[in-house]
Amino acid sequence: MNKINSIRKDWSLIETLIAEDRKILDIGCGDGGLMEQLENNRNAITHGIELNRDLAANAIARGFNVVHGNAELDLSQYSNNSFDYVILSQTLQAMMKPKDILSELLRIGSKAIVSFPNFGHWKIRLQLLISGKMPVTESLPYTWYDTPNIHFFTIKDFLNLCNEMNIVIEKSIGLTSKGKQFDISESVTGVNFFTHEAIFLLSYKNFEPIKIKSSKKVFTKNSVIAN
Amino acid sequence: MKTKFTTDTKLESEIAYFENINLKLESGDIIDSFKLAYKTYGKLNTDKTNAILVCHALTGDQYVAGNNPITGREGWWSRMVGPNKPIDTNKFFVICSNVLGGCAGSTGPKELQNGSDVAYGGNFPSVTIKDMVKAQSLLIESLNIEKLFSVIGGSMGAMQALQWAIDFPDKILNIIHIAGALKHSAQNIAFHEVGRQAIMSDPIWKNGKYFENNEVPERGLSVARMIAHITYLSENAMHRKFGRKLQSRDIISFGFDADFQVESYLRYQGKSFVERFDANSYLYLTRAMDYFDHDETFRKNIEFSHNPNNHLKYLIVSFTSDWLFPTIESKMIVNQLNSLSREVSFLEIDTDKGHDSFLLEEPQLDDVIKGFLTNNFAKIDE
Repeated sequence: MNKINSIRKDWSLIETLIAEDRKILDIGCGDGGLMEQLENNRNAITHGIELNRDLAANAIARGFNVVHGNAELDLSQYSNNSFDYVILSQTLQAMMKPKDILSELLRIGSKAIVSFPNFGHWKIRLQLLISGKMPVTESLPYTWYDTPNIHFFTIKDFLNLCNEMNIVIEKSIGLTSKGKQFDISESVTGVNFFTHEAIFLLSYKNFEPIKIKSSKKVFTKNSVIAN
Repeated sequence: MKTKFTTDTKLESEIAYFENINLKLESGDIIDSFKLAYKTYGKLNTDKTNAILVCHALTGDQYVAGNNPITGREGWWSRMVGPNKPIDTNKFFVICSNVLGGCAGSTGPKELQNGSDVAYGGNFPSVTIKDMVKAQSLLIESLNIEKLFSVIGGSMGAMQALQWAIDFPDKILNIIHIAGALKHSAQNIAFHEVGRQAIMSDPIWKNGKYFENNEVPERGLSVARMIAHITYLSENAMHRKFGRKLQSRDIISFGFDADFQVESYLRYQGKSFVERFDANSYLYLTRAMDYFDHDETFRKNIEFSHNPNNHLKYLIVSFTSDWLFPTIESKMIVNQLNSLSREVSFLEIDTDKGHDSFLLEEPQLDDVIKGFLTNNFAKIDE
């Protein structure tokens, strides 16, 4: 898959994860391509952030609500739960503090959609094993010294981090390098080996409030203070 | 409200008279009658949905495009407003009025006091950005326009656009806010104060009564303009334009002539300004900018607005080399709007032309304004 096709595929999968009439923040929205798609096909209300000045200008000129800014500095301005979905497509590996970003996504949005290239894919493992050099592939086409991708991780790493952060994986879609699509959660063996790109729909675990069962009403009004 | 309209042929301007309207100003003072000089460009469509109000900056006027009879030059934003320009008058009906307190035909210190043959001078009441916007809203109402599609302005014009969003959100659909801020900063007040002191210490100023002897405090006003002009540029732009180049000479004079081109340029700017601008007006309008402050109140005003404002779209633009209204000031507005999940767009344009960039050749500004207006207009037109 070439880069453009890969992004289109990514977008169409993201679209399948999104319900109608929702409010969406697209981080790294480029010139608004995904926003346009979600407005047209999902009747979404979209907002975007884009670091690149020219792309942000294009998106604004195309009529989208886009803020020219840096996600790592500017996400704090959004209020808790102000979006239904926050999307981070193909960018987590380029973030300075991916863990902080991940928690920001789920603070701002009820759900987050994160997609990334899997560094555990067999081609990448093989390249490193055989050549002994940092892998350069279609989805990670940069040499080590000029890559924007500064945090490489595999699906396994990502799942571990989600677990640690009490993040629930609601849906997960894997793509092989040939563009074949499968459900990551259902195919246990070899997932980390064959997944070229992964897309996750995330939310926080909802903790049920602990209810104390008691025949006597201990915590009636004023009784706590009185005792 | 009954408004009288006339055309002033000398000013090539429309004049709207608001008589016995008792306009209450923010200061508490009341102006019983006033007039606004304004220009319009393009045609209002039958549904009256295509009206745009352009707000001018400190020393601007109603002559956005076309000929300015006061200067004999093209209007101050003729590169932006006109047929097929970014603010396309083939599509939009553009209105621009001289602000209350101005000196291009609207009621201000230069005009005669109501019912007398003496000009206001220093007796003119203090006006604020809020007062200017209130006056504009009366004009828009008199023109039978219920809703403006957009309010657009740079610098003091941006302040007015923001004030429209706060005071009359139900009468507008979007604002384009260029090179502005929530407040006038201490540094900006300081520069204005130096300008005002230059005017007021000119012996000809005479407590604002210079017009009685048909005189103008030229020296003071031109110095004020020279200082202000420096703040509108940037070091890089000045260096690019002038460097240390000498003016009409090969060697320095060892005196206080305008040896350097930059000196000669500033002197020219000061001199030509005096011919077109009233010194008292300059005092009043700089003061109006100084008093502008929504730093603490903006978020609350937007969140708990009396008038519905959820529909409003905001386009906020800043320039990298603008040190008078730096990007950080624009970002404060963006942050607060984002924290309220409002429909805001923001762009910082990379240029070395300083605060004045909004008046100059900046293709990205043109593209963004044109696209923002066209696409958002298409959405309401559906």
